[in-house]
Amino acid sequence: MGIEAKDFTLDLDLLAFSGIAFSPEQRASLQTSLIILKEQYKFKTIHFWGKILGITDDYFIIQGRQKDELRDRQFLYSKDCVNWNMLTPANDEAKDSTEVCQGRFTGDPSNDFEVTKYNITNEDTEDENIEEVKSSVREEDRLAATLSKIEQDALIIPRGAYILQPNGDVERNRTFAGLTATESGKLSNYFHFCEPIHLPKKGLIHRSALDKSLHFLDTIDEDIPKGWSVQFERGSGLVQIRSLKWPGMAFFHIPETNRYGSLYCGVGEENKDLAFML
Amino acid sequence: MSTAQYQNYNGDQRQRIGTPDGGEMEKHFNDAKSYILSTTSKNGVNLYNHLVKCVSRLLTEQPRDSAVIFEDISKSTRSQEEKKEDEPNPEAEQILNEEQKPLFEKGENTDDLDEEALQSPLPHILEQAYYFEQAGIGLGRDETYQIWLALKQLVDKSQFEKLRFWGKILGTEKNYYVAEVEQNADDEVEEEEENEENNENEDGKDLDDDEEGEGDEDPLPKSTFKSPPTVPKEERGTGVNKYTYYVCNRPGAPWVRLPTITPAHISLARQIKVYFTGDLTREIKSYPAYPGTEKHYLRAQIARISATTQVSPNGRFKFSDEEEEEEEGGRTNYEDNEDFTGAPLSELTDEELNGWVHHVLHILPQGRTKWWNPKEGEEEEEQEEEEDEDAKAENEPQPEQGPPLLTPVGADADIHHTKAWTAKISSNLIPQYACAFIRSNLWPGAYAFARGMIWENIYIGCGHKYATSDYKPELPPLPATEYNDGPEILEADDPTAEDEEKARAAAEQPEEAEEEEEQEENEDEED
Repeated sequence: MGIEAKDFTLDLDLLAFSGIAFSPEQRASLQTSLIILKEQYKFKTIHFWGKILGITDDYFIIQGRQKDELRDRQFLYSKDCVNWNMLTPANDEAKDSTEVCQGRFTGDPSNDFEVTKYNITNEDTEDENIEEVKSSVREEDRLAATLSKIEQDALIIPRGAYILQPNGDVERNRTFAGLTATESGKLSNYFHFCEPIHLPKKGLIHRSALDKSLHFLDTIDEDIPKGWSVQFERGSGLVQIRSLKWPGMAFFHIPETNRYGSLYCGVGEENKDLAFML
Repeated sequence: MSTAQYQNYNGDQRQRIGTPDGGEMEKHFNDAKSYILSTTSKNGVNLYNHLVKCVSRLLTEQPRDSAVIFEDISKSTRSQEEKKEDEPNPEAEQILNEEQKPLFEKGENTDDLDEEALQSPLPHILEQAYYFEQAGIGLGRDETYQIWLALKQLVDKSQFEKLRFWGKILGTEKNYYVAEVEQNADDEVEEEEENEENNENEDGKDLDDDEEGEGDEDPLPKSTFKSPPTVPKEERGTGVNKYTYYVCNRPGAPWVRLPTITPAHISLARQIKVYFTGDLTREIKSYPAYPGTEKHYLRAQIARISATTQVSPNGRFKFSDEEEEEEEGGRTNYEDNEDFTGAPLSELTDEELNGWVHHVLHILPQGRTKWWNPKEGEEEEEQEEEEDEDAKAENEPQPEQGPPLLTPVGADADIHHTKAWTAKISSNLIPQYACAFIRSNLWPGAYAFARGMIWENIYIGCGHKYATSDYKPELPPLPATEYNDGPEILEADDPTAEDEEKARAAAEQPEEAEEEEEQEENEDEED
């Protein structure tokens, strides 16, 4: 989701409960950059998406969106919050390589990671042959693939925040008044903000009872393993939801208001041991 | 009236369209109104009321783009009627306020502002938070202030020499705020803990006695398995247990003291990886089974993080000039360096990372900072066994050694060809007032900053190491051999027919030889 440019200064502090903080210098440069980039690239809305920690340098990520917020998204990255580069969306090959890639992001976008993939032919027979296929993936492509994976797994929005228009566009709901305090504690009221995977598989009878314009995405309580941590701060005044699968992803919402947002501030690697850790 | 006219209206609609006539108009109007008043949805909501609500809402709110968002308004008006309004739960906020109110109360004796009364081991958290914020690390100013007040509450209650905010560990249901405290030996508390442990041991002994009583008739085979000797824990105030840690779930909640830990806690914590839930009494379900609750696991992780990531600028601490006896395992104490005037930023952000040093002892694989020889505990038993001196020398376990205190951070092992630490300056644009900070790549969430004479460490994270490879749980140990293989128990094949023939033939020949001998003897005797 990110934090939208117009709410930037206020909402950034609300994620400090999850340990996400930025220096005054970074905030000032980001604020300026958001506005400049929105004009430059003619985005409809622009969001600060987060930070990926590298070894020598960190990547700051901004996402710009057009009218259809679910599908028309573009990423920009920068190392110093002043000079920004557009990130080309990753192709499938890069996505596969990224899953096998090991090691931290170094901070140099042209760095190459060596990836060894194994092709197993004739499995469990005498002719079993395991071939090593070495390929390399550029850090920039790895970054793009990681970002799209994080979006798919960990980007959430509260129920009712976005509406599916009859023409297929996904737009912000202008009359969204926020979830109540009790509702915001339940995971079934939050959706993954990406193309639904589980929803089309459910029976038609189940789907006919749903409100098609509001409930058109997967809920997060059906994730296996259940990798979300919901916490209330200030009594019931602020909800923080953290992803356990991508440590560093934090979402906040103030119940009964329209304010919500999320940021990712982490190393950019999935927690593959989640099943052991619960 | 309405139903009949409604049907008529539908039927007539196609025939009469747009024929304005006095009486006709009124009839159209009535028909239209009755149509609108008739119920349409199953909930009893009729269109008339719904339209009234929508229009009145539009008139009161007067939003822009009203024509575009008309559908939204209609939908939300409908859903508002269906939903019963939940009263916001005031309990949670109430409880929180009650908890936090004492934080803000002034204690006694705080009206004197002279130097003595203000002496306190409480550190200047807000100043440190300012520098951390410059580096992009922190918890937000409001929360930091609340933590500061909570620490003050802790200090006022007990006598501590030194106090530090260690950090925040994020859990799945609740979080932990950890305070590190250096405390004089608190005799009462130690006795309580020892008594608890002794009670547990006594219970174990009682069980053994019962079993021996039953075995009088037919002694069952006793296993010769001797479990490896348990490594004794380090005393409070030394080594791993040098500092005491207090945790709370929220600023304002009561501080709970974490127990001292044994080396078993640490070595097993290295083998498992479990998320913290925020509940200190939770049992940890894992393999190998963890000998403790979340309280002990938390303490063990805190010890590991402290040992690996607590650093200070080079030169801040030094070894004392007096010659100490060379203890096994190197020096364990350091003292403040009075000549330290602050390290320059260039040295602190040096690529070779020599500007920072560890000031906490490394934890050996054994689970302690000072190696304990397991043979010392077995001396009495060894005297009974006969062993060659050579064999003894081979069986001597190799002492484990770790890097000595105050080694530069640059000497830390690399992770996967990347350095274990990243040192940076907080501001590229205004370096005159920037601070240097360093963050650990091995334990993501561990940070330290330094500027001039001010420096501090903090940890904000989940409490787990950076995993270079996937977590593999320990395999169960191989089953022990029950008895030695030997000819007594090995089945031998029955001899075949040929073998029996040969054996019989061989047996007959010596008999003939014996008979001849006997005949000779008899002959000799006769003679």
